[in-house]
Amino acid sequence: MDYTTLAEFAQTWGLVYMVAIFIGVLIYALRPGAKKKFDRAARIPLKED
Amino acid sequence: MSDGVGTMNLLMILPLAIGALLGLYLSAGSVDTTIYLHGLLLTAFCVVFIFRVIQSDGKTGGPANPNSSIDYNDAVVRAGVIATTFWGVIGFTVGLVIALQLAFPVLNLDLPWTSFGRLRPLHTSAVIFAFGGNALLMTSFHVVQRTCQARLAGGYAPWFVFWGYQLVIIMAATGYVFGVTQGKEYAEPEWYVDLWLTIVWVTYLLVFLGTLWNRKEPHIYVANWFYLAFIVTIAMLHIVNNLALPVSWFGAKSYPVFAGVQDALTQWWYGHNAVGFFLTAGFLGIMYYYIPKQANRPVYSYRLSIVHFWSLIFLYIWAGPHHLHYTALPDWAQTLGMTFSIMLWMPSWGGMINGLMTLSGAWDKLRTDPILRMMAISVAFYGMSTFEGPLMSIKAVNSLSHYTDWTIGHVHSGALGWVGMVSFGAIYFLAPVMFNRERLYSLRLVSAHFWLATLGIALYAAAMWVSGILQGLMWRSYDVLGFLEYSFAETVDAMHPFYVIRAIGGGMYVVGALIMAWNVYRTARGDVRTEKPYVDALAQPASA
Repeated sequence: MDYTTLAEFAQTWGLVYMVAIFIGVLIYALRPGAKKKFDRAARIPLKED
Repeated sequence: MSDGVGTMNLLMILPLAIGALLGLYLSAGSVDTTIYLHGLLLTAFCVVFIFRVIQSDGKTGGPANPNSSIDYNDAVVRAGVIATTFWGVIGFTVGLVIALQLAFPVLNLDLPWTSFGRLRPLHTSAVIFAFGGNALLMTSFHVVQRTCQARLAGGYAPWFVFWGYQLVIIMAATGYVFGVTQGKEYAEPEWYVDLWLTIVWVTYLLVFLGTLWNRKEPHIYVANWFYLAFIVTIAMLHIVNNLALPVSWFGAKSYPVFAGVQDALTQWWYGHNAVGFFLTAGFLGIMYYYIPKQANRPVYSYRLSIVHFWSLIFLYIWAGPHHLHYTALPDWAQTLGMTFSIMLWMPSWGGMINGLMTLSGAWDKLRTDPILRMMAISVAFYGMSTFEGPLMSIKAVNSLSHYTDWTIGHVHSGALGWVGMVSFGAIYFLAPVMFNRERLYSLRLVSAHFWLATLGIALYAAAMWVSGILQGLMWRSYDVLGFLEYSFAETVDAMHPFYVIRAIGGGMYVVGALIMAWNVYRTARGDVRTEKPYVDALAQPASA
């Protein structure tokens, strides 16, 4: 594999990979079903210790 | 002594005994004084540690609050409070000394050991790795136990991490003063210190993962994600950037395996991610736990914190090339570094908004709680310096700002403003809790610390902005014939008033840290200062 092929691969599939992960994160974080779970998670530090 | 304790003791003692012998072996064969002394230091460390393991007989520290239902290891967090405060005072003081040296060169004392060139890495390492590193050890050990509702894993291992890390600091600092450095910024310690840090760091990772594994709380709280990203990424960066071959196994000197522009890029891939993962991700872990805790409110948006985490760690790792604009680094790599730096605006500001908006509906607490005020201003400084950073990464801006004092000002608004202030907030939160005291010795003194530090940073950053831009403009001004208008010495001379202002600002910051040390000491003793209390807004009748 020469430099140009590698650069081309990185510049195209690298973009797809990053955008896909970002969309995945958004879906994970924003899906309505997780509201209760995250509300509970946000209160973890406030538990008595 | 039970059998379990006996096995655990042996597991600790055996590698330490090997370490003690290795230290003697290095010392005996040493080709320079540094290895001779550092070998003996390693032996002393291992012998004292073995002695302490035998003496403590399996007791590795209990909870600060004797009524706690979980057997937390708070003793190591308490040690962290002391170490963080101690190294903070040392690191800031050395910073003040070198600031004064720049304003008044006679203070170099004409001795090699006290020259700026040797004290400068002492300052940066003392503040970033000794003060900041201990703040991260202290808070991560506290946060992971509380949010997992589990005791810190590994028996003596957290103590090995704590004391082993102090040994790294001592070996690095004494090495610098005696002129031992591999010349890589923020990675100056030589190969044998790097290897020791690797052992300590891997143990740290295992302690952290082990505690997560033992958690009673099913969800892993977001602060732990930031801490984990910090520990894993620093391990990777540290190992790759420090790949080097020692000239002799019994000497301090080594040469890196990379050369030229590859070495430069590896260095700044490391250097910028030391900022991104050590000074940012780790301290965001502090923000996400201690601000909700101090304000007694959940974080503004937990969902935003997840998006913040993943976008921050995916973007930061690419930003390093902006340290090498207009160098031999290929142009596309420079542009890539700049682009990712600009994209970092979004997660950075998302995180800042998340931290600050946690106070939404409770802004009045800023009036009555100086600790929360300290945490809030740290997040404000985080927002300011993460706005300034991407701006400076733009090539056109960088052509003016690079190599000037503007960079120094930027680093300090981040380090003093964000890292320092959020660590002070965590120290003030932890001191009464870890020493099991009713309250902090004095909140009025926290307020004094707050104002000294804030005004100190303002003086520091403003002086460096003016000085940096002046310097950049003087360097690039040509006369009609195309000659440089100013000699380098003339630009140095022009900096003098700003260097004096910077030293005054730094001096205020040091005084603030001394006040904190006093406050922590008196809190540890269980004293409470007689002072005018802050009026709690909730105690007053509600207004319309």
